[in-house]
Amino acid sequence: MKIDRRDFIKLLGMGSAVFVLGERGQANAADMTTMGKDDFMFVQLSDTHWGFTGPLVNPDAAGTLKKAIAAVNSMKPQPDFVVFTGDITHTTDDPKERRKRMSEARDIIGGLKCKNIKFLAGEHDAGLDNGEAYQEYFGKTHYTFDHKGVHFIAIDNVSDPTSSITDPQLQWLDGELKKLDKDSRIIVLTHRPLFDLYPNWDWWTRDGAKAIDLLTPYKNVTVLYGHIHQENHHMTGTIPHHAAKGLMFPLPAPGSVPKRVPIPWDAAAPYKGLGYRSVSRMASMTDYMITEYPIQKG
Amino acid sequence: MLTSRRSIFLLALCLLIGFAIAVIAADQAGEPQVIKITAKKFEYNPNEIRIKTGIPVILDFTTLDRVHGFTVAELGGIRLTIEPGKVNRITILAPKAGIYEFHCDLFCGDGHEGMTGKIIVED
Repeated sequence: MKIDRRDFIKLLGMGSAVFVLGERGQANAADMTTMGKDDFMFVQLSDTHWGFTGPLVNPDAAGTLKKAIAAVNSMKPQPDFVVFTGDITHTTDDPKERRKRMSEARDIIGGLKCKNIKFLAGEHDAGLDNGEAYQEYFGKTHYTFDHKGVHFIAIDNVSDPTSSITDPQLQWLDGELKKLDKDSRIIVLTHRPLFDLYPNWDWWTRDGAKAIDLLTPYKNVTVLYGHIHQENHHMTGTIPHHAAKGLMFPLPAPGSVPKRVPIPWDAAAPYKGLGYRSVSRMASMTDYMITEYPIQKG
Repeated sequence: MLTSRRSIFLLALCLLIGFAIAVIAADQAGEPQVIKITAKKFEYNPNEIRIKTGIPVILDFTTLDRVHGFTVAELGGIRLTIEPGKVNRITILAPKAGIYEFHCDLFCGDGHEGMTGKIIVED
């Protein structure tokens, strides 16, 4: 049975928003229930801000990440891997405290049943020391890996305090892309938006356009990022860019209010605006499928 | 006698007018206005600046703690790195009236997101 995207959303509703990456989506409903050998699913968690305190914004600051970990552990089937797209920790000027937060976050994340975990830095992790502490705890800040026919590229746009990828990393990206065919499936993982989402709030990457220019010749590129603590879906040419919700506090829509400040906790709707997502690739589908999950109370 | 006093008065008046014209001319054609701004975690002082349309103004920044940034996305993305112990100046020229937001674009810690200000440009 071939169904369109609207039917697809209805079918998989279950209280979660569902989004088919790209504009080419046609899904076969029969394939949703089983995972073939070439199918896979991974989970994206973002902006966990471990170490943040602010009862008016999140009175369960010490519990939200743990709830997310427990929720991912309850997923069936388990994800092939889990990726954290930055701001794992909340920033601090104290290098010792920074490392303490990173150690604690790494220990909590270590509670995932899935042991294939990929990390990216956010400016809160890496912006004050050029990623020095981050690399001690979470490894390289830019790298590639392959999974079931998809080439993943992790781009660091936070270790440089000017919100830039910088020329050396762009040259590295260029070199990595030149190894690939133009029709390769590519997923870019990063923290900040690569495009100018809202520069007044620093929601951009200063030299992100150079990365997009390098990616544009490739036909099957998707970008997943965090930083803005809310879903956002945007196209640059044929490249879809999808921002994930955060796991500490939501932020207002770009430019919707004068100040970029966290949205206060809603006691009537705890954890509202917080969540994580799964990204699935079915061999029978032309596109990926994103499913958004809320954080549940309790 | 009276003629002499009148002459002195006229001469003084001419000198005064001439000085005033010279000052005005220097102001219009010489150095732009300089506005001093201090930056520290996580604020600018002043954080509201009023300037006139089409007239260049020099912003003269001093940081009281660490490196900060200054950028105005709606003025062509002009930016400046504000470094301790250095002269940090940038000339701004707003082509039309309006409110232009500026912010620190060098991540500076917990509160960085609130380090903002506005330039109010009037005709």
